[in-house]
Amino acid sequence: MAMSAGQLLVETKDLTKHYGELVAVDKLNLRVERGTIFGLLGPNGAGKTTTILMLLGLTEPTAGKALINGLDPTRNPLQVKSIVGYLPDNVGFYQDMTGEANLRYTCELNGLSPGEAEKRIMSALERVGLKNDAHRKVSEYSRGMRQRLGIADLLVKDPPLIIMDEPTLGIDPKGVRELLQLIRELVEEDNRTILLASHLLHQVQEVCDKVGIFVKGKMIASGTIDSLGSQLGSKEKVRLEVCAEPLDEALINLCRDTDGVLGVKQEGRMLIIRSKKDIRSSLAAKIVAGGYNLLHLRQSEFSLDDIYQRYFQEKEGEYEEDGASEDKSARA
Amino acid sequence: MKKMELPKINLPGLSDLRHANSGLAAVVKKEVADQLSGKRFLILTALVVVACFSSLYIAASEIKSAADSSFVFLKLFTTAGSRLPFSFTSFIAFLGPLVGLIMGFDGISGEKDRGTLSHVLSQPIYRDALINGKFLAGVLVLAFVIFGMGILTGALGLIIFGIPPTLEEVLRIICYLLLSVVYISFWHALSLLFSIVFRQPATSALAGIAIWLFLTLFAVFLIGMIADAIYPVTSTSDTEQVVANIRLNMLLGRFTPNVLYEQAVITLLNPSVRALGVVMFDQAIGAIDAPLSVGQSILLVWPHLVGIFAAMLVCFAIGYYLFMRQEIRA
Repeated sequence: MAMSAGQLLVETKDLTKHYGELVAVDKLNLRVERGTIFGLLGPNGAGKTTTILMLLGLTEPTAGKALINGLDPTRNPLQVKSIVGYLPDNVGFYQDMTGEANLRYTCELNGLSPGEAEKRIMSALERVGLKNDAHRKVSEYSRGMRQRLGIADLLVKDPPLIIMDEPTLGIDPKGVRELLQLIRELVEEDNRTILLASHLLHQVQEVCDKVGIFVKGKMIASGTIDSLGSQLGSKEKVRLEVCAEPLDEALINLCRDTDGVLGVKQEGRMLIIRSKKDIRSSLAAKIVAGGYNLLHLRQSEFSLDDIYQRYFQEKEGEYEEDGASEDKSARA
Repeated sequence: MKKMELPKINLPGLSDLRHANSGLAAVVKKEVADQLSGKRFLILTALVVVACFSSLYIAASEIKSAADSSFVFLKLFTTAGSRLPFSFTSFIAFLGPLVGLIMGFDGISGEKDRGTLSHVLSQPIYRDALINGKFLAGVLVLAFVIFGMGILTGALGLIIFGIPPTLEEVLRIICYLLLSVVYISFWHALSLLFSIVFRQPATSALAGIAIWLFLTLFAVFLIGMIADAIYPVTSTSDTEQVVANIRLNMLLGRFTPNVLYEQAVITLLNPSVRALGVVMFDQAIGAIDAPLSVGQSILLVWPHLVGIFAAMLVCFAIGYYLFMRQEIRA
């Protein structure tokens, strides 16, 4: 299928989905550029799967619309589904069919000729390392193998856009590494675009070009990982670990009163200080002047993990304040 | 306010029609293979085959002793013995619905459980290709089994008696087998409907079997009770009361597909059946006591045939509608 010249492969305009009272996805504006990996990051029940189903045209949006390569999935389901490959979180295969037969079914559903299908099946199985298990029933596959078969399933379809829902869930660390490697290859060598939904942050951090943080149906931040850091950094740029003796209330108050400090928290023998800017020198001077022994002072950058944690804590806190009823109706 | 876009309306051409059914052939092929290779199907077929052969054996021994020569071939299908009061037709009527139910009770819910539904539907096929394909595959397999057994029974009968069937008999048997396929397809459509409505395959199977038991065992009593309540019949009742009771009984019975099927089968396989329902003595005066031709028998049960076909279509249509509106969540 010929691709139009636009840079955006996936675009949503105020995409909204209601399930009765519950707002699963709230005015989502998502933009995924060609040839990039976009990580949709959010806790369980944030509306990630609902969003994906709307992108595939399997669920109708309540309002707004989604565009895949400029096409509306609810109006042109076949065109959209033929350029999108979908890997669900618990990828389903027919248990009593062999791995190869499952892939053949996918080929038939995609209308490939038998010759072309066999060629693609062989090369896909080889690429994911399942060639020797091709004739075994899927019920005998391990979870990791099943996931690899899922990737092979995407490869036989050969779509320009791949949507993965929790691809790394329940796989051992080695398997995850191989999978991420493969995901990277799919983008870099085959020039595909990948939209990846996950609540497992480290993996997303490793492979994604851009991420969007998605909580309770709302995209609360999006951009490159660095820009997310600075988005958060506008409030608090640095985190300081301080260890001084004696560790008492007066020291905590002293730190709290220092210019630029946003918050002080005691963690074991360490004080964690959040501040707007680099205050190492002034803080050190103050601590020493106060008659304390400064044992350790370290400034740490925020990892995405911190950002993630912070965002979720803050945002969930906000939600609890203004809508406790919303939590009750939230789906698991 | 939701912004609406007007869809472009194109008249469908031949290529559009082919396009609209893309994937259907693949689904049918896969489902047929699934049905035929499954152990469930093997067990069911073994059961039905054993039942049919024992009925054939009984029919053969009964017919030899009766030495009745008119429509021997049809009697092969309808004769029940004294030791085992079942004929080929009563076996099919009794076990056929069970086969139809068991073939489809986890049709959609099973796909959901295994997580294959979202996978299949994310391929470039329309959603209805899946349900159409499943139903068509079920009907194909049923037709294969029913016709296979009918032809096998006929062939064995030919060996046992050595009397070839007349064209009349062959046509009647084909009509009977076709009717059975449609009737069992009704049960298959019902089980698919339950597999869409109920999430748990066990619930869906139970619902199907409950309806089957109700219709085959209890509905008859219930209908009798209703008829007796409205038109009570005692030893002093006049003819009109008795006739009204029987008429109501039949009328209500015709709302159940198994009664429709039973009456249609009796008429199709017994050329001597000239009327269904109450025939008064004065109505029978002047009637020639001769078997009906195939065309006349079919004419007699045409409403029954249409009724069973409609019941099948209605079941399927409800399932289709619900499936198209259902949420697809893995």
